[in-house]
Amino acid sequence: MNPRTRLCLVAVGGAGLAALLVAACLRLPDFGGDSHPYGERAVRASLARQTANTIASVNFDQRAFDTMGEMTILFAAVVGCVVLLRQTRDEHRDRPEPADVAPPVRRYSLIVLPVALVVGLYVIAHGQLSPGGGFQGGVVAATALHLLYLGADYRALERVRPVGLYEVGDAVAASAYLVTGLAGLIGGTAFLANTLLPYGTFNALSSGGTVPLLNAAVGMEVACAVVLLLARFLDQAVEIEEESGK
Amino acid sequence: MADAVIVVALLLVAGCATVAVLVRDPVRQALVLAVLGVVLAVLFTAVQAPDVALSQLAVGGALTPLLLLLSVRKVKRRKGRDE
Repeated sequence: MNPRTRLCLVAVGGAGLAALLVAACLRLPDFGGDSHPYGERAVRASLARQTANTIASVNFDQRAFDTMGEMTILFAAVVGCVVLLRQTRDEHRDRPEPADVAPPVRRYSLIVLPVALVVGLYVIAHGQLSPGGGFQGGVVAATALHLLYLGADYRALERVRPVGLYEVGDAVAASAYLVTGLAGLIGGTAFLANTLLPYGTFNALSSGGTVPLLNAAVGMEVACAVVLLLARFLDQAVEIEEESGK
Repeated sequence: MADAVIVVALLLVAGCATVAVLVRDPVRQALVLAVLGVVLAVLFTAVQAPDVALSQLAVGGALTPLLLLLSVRKVKRRKGRDE
């Protein structure tokens, strides 16, 4: 195909896409209007299952299967990164030198670390009640651990971060989601159907049926996945050296 | 009032994103991306999507720039040894 035909094809395709997008935008409801057909239905469904945070209800009840797909994408992506960034035969490890940390940085990170960790766990635990949830809380908790790298040094981080355990945790959490879904199937309804557990009282920590369970599974999976991902990147940036040449 | 906040946040996002594209040095780009993450979180909060804002703050504001910086450091170390 010569460049000219290619350009023509791109132009035709682009024009078609642009026309469809414009047509779709013209039929959109007004920004910030009073009527939200999808929102009203979602809120009604989430109230029926005693889930205070409608977003959590959408993620882990109304579209739990969708969330399982997203979790699997993250899992597969992290496995791919771990495989790509592993130590190869022509590389060796250098123990990194302990670095000097400025006292204010050390003080700040050691004060913020526990606070950030608790915030992360809080966001996971209250996913079914307030904004946030497994994904957000998991990322916050996992990045909080790495304040130790800023405040102390790499060895201190390595001591609180047994990578093998996090690998197991990642897999266990992903399986826990699947098992909770299968429990619905065994209970006589459908995969990931939120009908097994009592819905509890509205706005209580144990409300929402399987929503808190799935939320916790995602929280654990994301936290472990982020720790693993950062561990591999840190390994490559700090420890692993190539042997070829010098 | 809410509209004004949305407009300001949108302008900041557009500005930050443009700067992120124009800056060529990956290290600076990572810093601009972190700022962009925070500004986007403000925008999402203003349009009443605190869930998305939280993810944006954690992933766009902290995780992505960190991964970028670590990759840059690895590449620079390799270059330093080759020369």
